[in-house]
Amino acid sequence: MTKADALNPPVEPDDWRLPSRGVVAVVCLIVTETALFAIFVVAYLYYIGKSLGGPYPSEVLETPVIATICLLSSSLTIILAERAFERANAGGFRLWWAGTIVLGAVFLALTAMEWFRLLTGPRLTISANLFGTTFYSLVGLHASHVIVGLTLLTLTMILFLLRRVRPAHGERIKLISWYWHFVDAVWVVVFTVVYVIGR
Amino acid sequence: MAAREIALTPRIGRLPAVAIRLHDLVVTTDHKKLGLMYIGAGLVFFVIAGSLASVMRLQLAAPNNGAVSPQVFNRLFTMHGTTMVFLVGMPIIAGMMNYLVPLMIGARDMAFPRLNAFGFWMFFFGGLLLYLSYLAAPGITGAGSAPDVGWFAYSPLTARAFSRGHSTDYWTLSLLLSGVGSIVSAINVIATAVSLRCKGMTMMRLPLFVWLSIVTSFMILLALSPLSAAQVMLLLDRFLGARFFDTQAGGSAVLWQHFFWIFGHPEVYILIIPAFACLSEIVPVFSRKPIFGYPIMVAAAVMIAFISLGVWAHHMFTIGMTSMGNIFFATSTFLVAVPTGIKIFNWLATMYGGKLRFEPPMLFCIGFLFQFLIAGLTGVMLGVAPFDWQLHDSYFVVAHFHYTLVGGFLFGIFAGIYYWYPKAVGRMLDRRLGIWHFWLFAIGFHLTFDPQHFAGFLGMPRRIYTYEEGRGWEVYNMISSVGVIAQVAGIMCFVVNLVRSYWKGEPAGEDPWDAWTLEWATTSPPPEYNFETLPAVRSSRPLWDLKHPEDPDWKYE
Repeated sequence: MTKADALNPPVEPDDWRLPSRGVVAVVCLIVTETALFAIFVVAYLYYIGKSLGGPYPSEVLETPVIATICLLSSSLTIILAERAFERANAGGFRLWWAGTIVLGAVFLALTAMEWFRLLTGPRLTISANLFGTTFYSLVGLHASHVIVGLTLLTLTMILFLLRRVRPAHGERIKLISWYWHFVDAVWVVVFTVVYVIGR
Repeated sequence: MAAREIALTPRIGRLPAVAIRLHDLVVTTDHKKLGLMYIGAGLVFFVIAGSLASVMRLQLAAPNNGAVSPQVFNRLFTMHGTTMVFLVGMPIIAGMMNYLVPLMIGARDMAFPRLNAFGFWMFFFGGLLLYLSYLAAPGITGAGSAPDVGWFAYSPLTARAFSRGHSTDYWTLSLLLSGVGSIVSAINVIATAVSLRCKGMTMMRLPLFVWLSIVTSFMILLALSPLSAAQVMLLLDRFLGARFFDTQAGGSAVLWQHFFWIFGHPEVYILIIPAFACLSEIVPVFSRKPIFGYPIMVAAAVMIAFISLGVWAHHMFTIGMTSMGNIFFATSTFLVAVPTGIKIFNWLATMYGGKLRFEPPMLFCIGFLFQFLIAGLTGVMLGVAPFDWQLHDSYFVVAHFHYTLVGGFLFGIFAGIYYWYPKAVGRMLDRRLGIWHFWLFAIGFHLTFDPQHFAGFLGMPRRIYTYEEGRGWEVYNMISSVGVIAQVAGIMCFVVNLVRSYWKGEPAGEDPWDAWTLEWATTSPPPEYNFETLPAVRSSRPLWDLKHPEDPDWKYE
């Protein structure tokens, strides 16, 4: 019996299919990012009400209704964009993908305005008290993930407009949307912790 | 493409051979080269950190010794611990997984070769950054040198007021960098092992080494990012005046301990599981029997991974937790002993009735079994909260974790290096030097660390730079320091063996140990593409099937 025969036995599973490496890697990335956020969330929860001086969350925080609506609905638009891509509907993809970018950008701008108001009005800085420390680090960590997501979305949009995106790239489109859903899901947690429990 | 190659070749051809090789190392994305670079860099850092430890033992050999100042001593144990964990343990396991996982599953490379190179260089520059602190940490203020806050850097030692200059910043940044490297390499290992298996390599036919690589990588994903989070908080505290660990502003020093040990305890399992992985490959081959209880071995590793995520506060029994907290963490600590015990019994059962071959890899495995058992027993002792209250931060703890990391981890890794060196280099390591290495290192290890248990019982605290006469610690410390000489001699045998055998070793051939996993089915060293044709397998011992067509494993599996 030659070596090749023994290593390639006659009875072969023909349907040898494995999960795609990209899917596995993005799932792993999301697992590790979840652990990262968990630590910041725990720090926030642990320090609720432990600030030795003001400004306190109940005095200065306003519920970011519009920003939340924007970010959560961007999860919907990216699903629509994905579907349009699968059906090779270029116009639909362009529309919904651009819509997602706009919604994400509006969220980011509203966060920036909120920070500007907090910094200039009640002078809440990262070193003001424990509330400032945990607020800016948790919301900032999330916002930095939004920036990464927006960069990916914009890059894809540019490549699409340059006609570099082919149907074969469907999986990458899907993975970017998974990351975006993750960023949205984290916002649900951050929102609950900061604006509901933390007040 | 062809035109570009023609244009490049003459220009590179004019460079000296060394430069071409260096250039090749810098640009390579080959999993085998990167794996060896990880291990090589890890061994260099190992020699450095071992030298730091030798200086500490020199200082502690006699009471009231003045070989180094207290400040230097603080830097020594900080750099020794940090280097051994992050720049020796992590790269060596990453290197072994990188080198072996694709070969064992019949793949041509890792799932993301360029990400792999990125991970290596992040680790490498993280390591260089840590050592740059000796020169650069004083900065313009002239305060500080290498980090001196201990490898777990308890707050408030790391606060600006107590750690002036930039020593702590170098520590934080280098750990952040190498942490990112570890995370991307873990993602890569999991993606490779799940998605690149050759035909027929089902999950329950994976070599145990690959299974345990998946488990360890999964733990890296869950443990390293909490460490990164804590490091980011520390950076915010130090540079932007945040209050996370500032007790003056209501911050909590204990929270840092929690965050650090949420990483720190899984970390020791991250290190030891690859050593388990080496044993699980080597013990069967040198006992001439298949591994005993394959599915139980997999289940035990997964159990260890899950339980170890819930035991961290057993490092913190003395901070005054509630008794519920103490009971929870003591119980979970005892639970870890169960799957670990299962593993030890399974290796013994594999050896039982086998035709043992006492080659250097097997010697190190047997040393591992003895020493890791004792390490586990002292671990269970320390898991008893009242016992820990007595011996916390004593030399008993030092002895315990050096038993796990030297007697356990390092012996497992040495076994792995002796076993796979012929595959990576194409030449055998010298057997006699290997046996010298084993005995010198084992004797030195026991001389150094056995007496530390007793010094700990007698109340010697860890991290003291000297001690007074008449406390009964002198003899234990002297024996401990003498043991270093034997350890150094053993390591010298090892280094000489590695270097000499590279040129002069006996040619190894494809399969010098008569083994059963796929990495032995290709040439030694393997070509860049690993396998001419991708193999297909029908059992967990494909090379057994190849060598024994009359009685293949797949008939029984």
